[in-house]
Amino acid sequence: MASRKNKGSALLKGALSILVFLLLWELGSRSKQWIMLDLFSPLRDLLGAMGFKKTYLPWIGAIPAPSAVLWAWKDVVFEPGYWTSWYLSAFRVFAGFTAAMLIGIPFGLALAVSRTAHGIGFPVFELLRPIPPLAWVPASIIFWPTQEMSIAFVTFLGAFYTIVINVVGGAKSIDVRYFQAAQSMGSSKADIFRRIILPGTLPSIVVGSAVGMGITWEVVVAAEMISGGGSQADGSGGGLGFFIWNSYVGGSYEQVVVGMISIGIAGYISSELLRHLGKYVTPWTRLR
Amino acid sequence: MSENHTPRPVITSGEIAVKNVNKSYGAAHLAREVVRDCSFTIERGKLTVMIGPSGCGKSTLIRLLAGFEKPDTGTITLDGNPIKGPGKDRLVVFQETALFPWMTTWDNILYGPRARGEVNKQTMDFAEFLLNKVGLRDFRNKYPPQLSGGMQRRAELARAMINNPQIMILDEPFRGLDAMTKELMWEYYSGLYEESRRTNFFVTTDIDEAVFLADRLLIMSNIPTQVRAVLEVDVPRPRRLADMVTSDRANAVKMEALAILHEEAMKSFSRGSKAAADFIEAYSRRSAKG
Repeated sequence: MASRKNKGSALLKGALSILVFLLLWELGSRSKQWIMLDLFSPLRDLLGAMGFKKTYLPWIGAIPAPSAVLWAWKDVVFEPGYWTSWYLSAFRVFAGFTAAMLIGIPFGLALAVSRTAHGIGFPVFELLRPIPPLAWVPASIIFWPTQEMSIAFVTFLGAFYTIVINVVGGAKSIDVRYFQAAQSMGSSKADIFRRIILPGTLPSIVVGSAVGMGITWEVVVAAEMISGGGSQADGSGGGLGFFIWNSYVGGSYEQVVVGMISIGIAGYISSELLRHLGKYVTPWTRLR
Repeated sequence: MSENHTPRPVITSGEIAVKNVNKSYGAAHLAREVVRDCSFTIERGKLTVMIGPSGCGKSTLIRLLAGFEKPDTGTITLDGNPIKGPGKDRLVVFQETALFPWMTTWDNILYGPRARGEVNKQTMDFAEFLLNKVGLRDFRNKYPPQLSGGMQRRAELARAMINNPQIMILDEPFRGLDAMTKELMWEYYSGLYEESRRTNFFVTTDIDEAVFLADRLLIMSNIPTQVRAVLEVDVPRPRRLADMVTSDRANAVKMEALAILHEEAMKSFSRGSKAAADFIEAYSRRSAKG
């Protein structure tokens, strides 16, 4: 089939793209003597005067090579601490994200359906929305009794706004003829909500949660770093953000990159899971 | 005939009377008058077709008949009772498709009975009958995006008919279909009508469609809309497309209707409407040829 062939070639292109990226990175990190040609020496001197280290490629700098990272990874993979970091971060993302879904979807639907709810809820929502989740870190450390809760709260905020905005937008963009048709056929308000508004908003909920999931991973790592995350007596702290920070403080730059790539992988897996789940709950959207 | 074994509900056709209806949009001096002192009847058991230039206010009339909006002045009654809001006694089939994309053909057809809690053996049998009637048996579990344009319109006809309305209102339902599909849809649709003889109100801008389908043809003026003329299309049923092309009576009605539409277009053209120019040009070329 043509689609299968396309899928294969897309996979090939993806692999090639990653391979080229790794190769350039490896070359860049290894070439301590960058731009050896004398032709480029004025440029090198200029960059040197601007404060770039002359011994590395300026656009890669002192980042460890992928081979070194892979080597460091091999050591780390067998340490339970590394997997605990995965677990801790994933758990916080899951907690914050689930809370954002549970509160955000009904809240968004209420804003879209009820004029009163919109009048009361929307101004406050719009006032709080521009505040970046990370700006909440100090406040939430003060507000919440445990560090765990404050980190989960910040991750919650990351996904919450996106989900609500998407739900409201999705519900409002449902074709008015669907409501008219349903009304003529004798649908009650509850029936219209259940059989028109809910499924009509579902694709937007899927999109909103996929975007929200991405933001949650961005936020959880930063929150872990900022809140100092070190393993506390009560077992909180840690996580991939802390893993990176700890490696940085300990001078293991290879491990810093290991942590970064781990987050990339974790985020990718979560988004992919969500996409599959989304396709499963909205079968009609993939038929066009 | 095996179809007779299918328990089909008894059809009670309704009659709608529109009397001196006015409707404007916008406030005070910005108000735009769309319907002015408009009166007509949609006769019981007949297929009434309304034709008029595009943008003349036909869709507004439909919203008023369906009860989605209320007239500023004047009355609209169904069998003598004023229309208060949307109801399953008057079902609308919309321009383009308004099938729910998240439901399969089968679920779409059963939407109305489920909404009213009327799912029983008889409704299920009737739904099955309609599904076969519109030729979608093999597409029962498909979603609307998987259906062709013509199938979508047919599914929509079935979705409306299962509610056994007293009157069916169709707002340019076959607009946007290609010419071949359109002709196929006319035969499907007039077949469905001929079998039920339910009151039907069909709005279109297509003169061939109008003459083929109509028992009565209402020709509308330009905006603000009024009934300009009523023509009886007394061509016997069942009608076949091939017969209609050669029917002198059908052609006479068509010419008469075109002449009235032309007159309307000239009027609005002299008032500065650019939209009318195309029609006038087409009409003059046609006359030159004929």
